[in-house]
Amino acid sequence: MTETRPRSRNSPYPLWFFIPAAIIYGVLFLLPTVSSLWFSLTRWDLTTAEFIGLENFQQFFSEPFLVKGLVNTLIYAVTTSGLKTVFGLLLAVLLTSNIFARGFLRTLVFFPVLVSTIGIGITFAVMMHPTKGIINVALETIGIPGPGWLTNPTLALFSVALVDVWKGVGLATLIFIAGLAAISPDYYEAARIDGATRLQQFFRITLPLVRPATVIVVTLSLIGGLRSFDLIWAMTRGGPGFSSDVIASVIYKQYQAGFYGLSTAGNVILFALIAVIILPFTLWFNRREVEE
Amino acid sequence: MRSLRPYVTGAIALAVAAVMFVMPFVFVALQAVKSKSEASRLDFELPEHWLFWDNLVAVFKARDYQLVLAYFNSTLITVVSVTILILLSAMVGYVMQRRKTAWNRVALIALFAGLMMPPAVVPTIGLLQHIGLFKTMTGMILIQVAYNLSFSVLLYRSFIATIPRDLDEAALIDGAKPRQIFFRVVLPLLKPVTVTNIVVQSIAIFNDFTNPLYYLPGKENVTVQLTLYNFQSMYSSQYNLLFMNILLVTIPPLIVFIFFNRQIVAGMTSGGVKG
Repeated sequence: MTETRPRSRNSPYPLWFFIPAAIIYGVLFLLPTVSSLWFSLTRWDLTTAEFIGLENFQQFFSEPFLVKGLVNTLIYAVTTSGLKTVFGLLLAVLLTSNIFARGFLRTLVFFPVLVSTIGIGITFAVMMHPTKGIINVALETIGIPGPGWLTNPTLALFSVALVDVWKGVGLATLIFIAGLAAISPDYYEAARIDGATRLQQFFRITLPLVRPATVIVVTLSLIGGLRSFDLIWAMTRGGPGFSSDVIASVIYKQYQAGFYGLSTAGNVILFALIAVIILPFTLWFNRREVEE
Repeated sequence: MRSLRPYVTGAIALAVAAVMFVMPFVFVALQAVKSKSEASRLDFELPEHWLFWDNLVAVFKARDYQLVLAYFNSTLITVVSVTILILLSAMVGYVMQRRKTAWNRVALIALFAGLMMPPAVVPTIGLLQHIGLFKTMTGMILIQVAYNLSFSVLLYRSFIATIPRDLDEAALIDGAKPRQIFFRVVLPLLKPVTVTNIVVQSIAIFNDFTNPLYYLPGKENVTVQLTLYNFQSMYSSQYNLLFMNILLVTIPPLIVFIFFNRQIVAGMTSGGVKG
């Protein structure tokens, strides 16, 4: 940081390199983001905006189906993030251990990450059909009556969340594999000599030492879960009723209906939610990191 | 007994993975080659007649060759925005890593905001309308650049740290101008991370559904993911064509995946570590 560099005028690293990117990013991302704070306080038809104070937010929090979207967003984000973390870690442990066809299995688990979310959503929606879908047909043959995965209002959100986990667990696994690779085998060797069981090794060595990867997986999947839109839209359109609506789908529905101010208020609520959840989490993690 | 264990666990894992991760894709492929009535049963039976070619032609012909147009549009958006993205983010990552100024802090905060925050869609639409870029390819391309810049810059920034400064200084002594140092010396050395970036970003942009849905409405602007979405309601009685469409949309990422598996994995993990 403090090493002496040539004086700024003669620096071989021209600051104008920032400019084209800064213009595109500033105009198309930052400007709308900042102006959304203003537009969320207006009744707005894209040409004229009339200031109405906090009315949009009041309306948002007084409409049960909008609040439902907010609650669903939290449930969805926590469920998907939790399951991706747990399954990702278990899969990573399995896929770094000495097993047959390891490379192929890693490939298999990761592939859905790259496939079209809409394609996957449609495919699973068909496979989750209450009577004809292969999931329920398979369950029936072993004598279990399958539920209406996407037609049952209490189940729809979780069904979509499961598909989200199916699609995204490969990325979590990959990050955990990178984290596990960084743990020195000496620890395990020493533990074995001391007679630690495999389970003890997992809880006393693997789990604490893989924490940086855990934080990345939890953070990434929480952010992804809070912003989630396309899978939910492809599978249920927020239904049945409003039972699987999340903030992102509420934003889209209000936009389609022409309630631009209300839609933007939804956006601001989503910003706030992400900031409130992710910032303390990162700060807490950084503090723990420093203490150690 | 002990030496058998990897095979036993491996075999069990393979069987479970086959059911969980292979079966859905087999299901898609199977429906795509069936007749309309066979596909509507949504089962795992093999088709009586394999109609791969017929269904393929039917999907391409649908709605006045909309899928052809969609492939053209999606490819155009992907290629142009990834090109701009690579160039701009390499420039930013390079200066950010090399020259420590007060701007770096600002840039870093902006980049992390870009990784975390969802875009404010309606104000963006208003803005695009105002500057005449709503429903245009140019607008869509610039949006993709803006939204994917953060990830790309952070990837470059961490990679550039591994290139010794001595090289820049040697080029400087040889009389190269700053611009030349970057384009002639540094950029060629960034090739591995550039390949990662190209692969990861192309897949993300090609698969993007939400942004074209908002910023690129209209029949003439349709993208591959939007055709799928439109066909979902249109083909609710023609599952064979719907699944043929899904199959076609899955093929480009599959090809990229087969060729660049290693780079994708490297990029996803290093990007994840930074993010």
